[in-house]
Amino acid sequence: MKRKIIQVFGMALTITVTLVVLAILGVVFFDVTAKGAPSISWKFLTQGPKNGMTEGGIFPAIFGTTAVTLLSTLLATPLGIGCAVYLHEYAPDNTFSRLIRASIRNLAGVPSIVYGLFGVAIFVQFLGMGASVMAAGCTLGLLTLPSIITTTEEALRNVPRLTREGALALGATKWESIRTVVLPTAVPGILTGVILALSRGAGETAPILFTGVAFYTRYLPGSVMDEFMALPYHLYILSTQHHAIEQVRPLAYATALTLLGLVFLLNLTAFWVRAKYKS
Amino acid sequence: MKQRLFWDKFFERTFTGAAWVSVLALMGIFLMLLVNSARAFATVPFAEFFSWKAWNPAAYGQATYGIGAMLFSTFLVTIGAMLIAVPLGIGTAAFLSEIASPRVRNILKPAIEMLAAVPSVVIGFLGIVLVAPALAKVFHLPNGLNALNGAILLAVMALPTLISVTEDAIHAVPKHYKEASYALGANRWETLIHVTLPSCTSGILVAVMLGLGRALGETMTVLMATGNATAMPHGFFDSVRTITATVAIEMGEVPYRTPHYFSLFACALVLFLITLLVNMAAERVAAGFRRKGQ
Repeated sequence: MKRKIIQVFGMALTITVTLVVLAILGVVFFDVTAKGAPSISWKFLTQGPKNGMTEGGIFPAIFGTTAVTLLSTLLATPLGIGCAVYLHEYAPDNTFSRLIRASIRNLAGVPSIVYGLFGVAIFVQFLGMGASVMAAGCTLGLLTLPSIITTTEEALRNVPRLTREGALALGATKWESIRTVVLPTAVPGILTGVILALSRGAGETAPILFTGVAFYTRYLPGSVMDEFMALPYHLYILSTQHHAIEQVRPLAYATALTLLGLVFLLNLTAFWVRAKYKS
Repeated sequence: MKQRLFWDKFFERTFTGAAWVSVLALMGIFLMLLVNSARAFATVPFAEFFSWKAWNPAAYGQATYGIGAMLFSTFLVTIGAMLIAVPLGIGTAAFLSEIASPRVRNILKPAIEMLAAVPSVVIGFLGIVLVAPALAKVFHLPNGLNALNGAILLAVMALPTLISVTEDAIHAVPKHYKEASYALGANRWETLIHVTLPSCTSGILVAVMLGLGRALGETMTVLMATGNATAMPHGFFDSVRTITATVAIEMGEVPYRTPHYFSLFACALVLFLITLLVNMAAERVAAGFRRKGQ
């Protein structure tokens, strides 16, 4: 009897704990959606901030985040795929390649602010890019590089060995077999990884903090050497650094919802790509 | 044929080159931290840096550089986060893999993993607008921007990884363990507590360490929600300033190539080494776990 009571009690405990976690999930999404949605309008998404950011929209921030994230992916994707192809298709399984893999795995866990410091020291100052779209894009590119390499290698690992050997047996060179058989089969997996990297890059604040993001810019960045506004930083400014924090709270909520929407759209796309090609 | 062989060689070299560029760039991060930290320690005494002395690099005349309080704050917030997240995470993982029907599990697990995609700045924002007022009200504080707020937010951020990895570990426990336990007359709860969970402790440990690694390096949430007072905190209701927050606050204003500038890289190096240690420990445990499984 006592054992039964303990069992019921224990089961109830795990259910309660799960409900707490789901409640957290619910609060995060419900609060941002409920309080952000009323301030979202076509104008909010397509205009710049006005009157010291107390009115107007967030278009420059949307534009900046899109530009920087796309640039970072453009830089990191070819490099990441190349590195993964080398590791999986060419590199012999020796201490050296294991060392490369270990360093890539460990660098995936390095705090994003450390990447930000690297960006300042190397891209902004040493390479003389200044605080710019370019410097921030390079920094975010490096940040997402380890995950692109890891997911691409995972995708290559899922290509059956027989397909590869079939191509070689037909007289294809190694490159031809990679181009015509291996990479096309791995594309969905690689694509999923790249989209998830995009989503992570879009939401990051710490790495762009000193490498190019600006409090406010009057014009959109005209070239990759200009400063830019970004959604996550804009949210940070509106919620901590603004002179009228209470007054701009609805705008902050709407910015949070826009950012959350963007990130979720990317995640759902990745989810969809994976589901579509799995079957 | 000659042309085909040329391209074959060409692309082999291209891929090798891409690998070298990636690895050099990533190794460069570590080297850059080392070099700039060495420059910091050229002026800042090593013993002072790792002491309880105040962090006051901008002081006129007598600048002092002690990261003791910041390190303590970082650990305070992170350990607080783990104290909240670990019971919640293990409980939820146990529910998902042992009690919930497969259909429920297949809906809830991806839903919880979605939480991992929420940008840290959004979590920090919710810390300001939701958690802080709630804490202030419940504990009668002037404001809720303190270590506890940071710990709660970091717990929320660590939960998805913690739950997902723990659930995988529980799921991987061989079925015959449980069946043997049932055959001996144990009920489901007893089996969970005495058989299933103990046999996947190393998997759970990996989950906890991965969560810890992420929480240690988190910047925006703690920057926004913990108040950023540099003084030594006395408990969870005090405002704290972590290493990440210090770097984020000061890097923007510090004059280039001064001892203060370099000392921020030294802070980052300390952070880098701590997270590296945690991640490597997790990997070691995971490797041992895999060997045992075979």
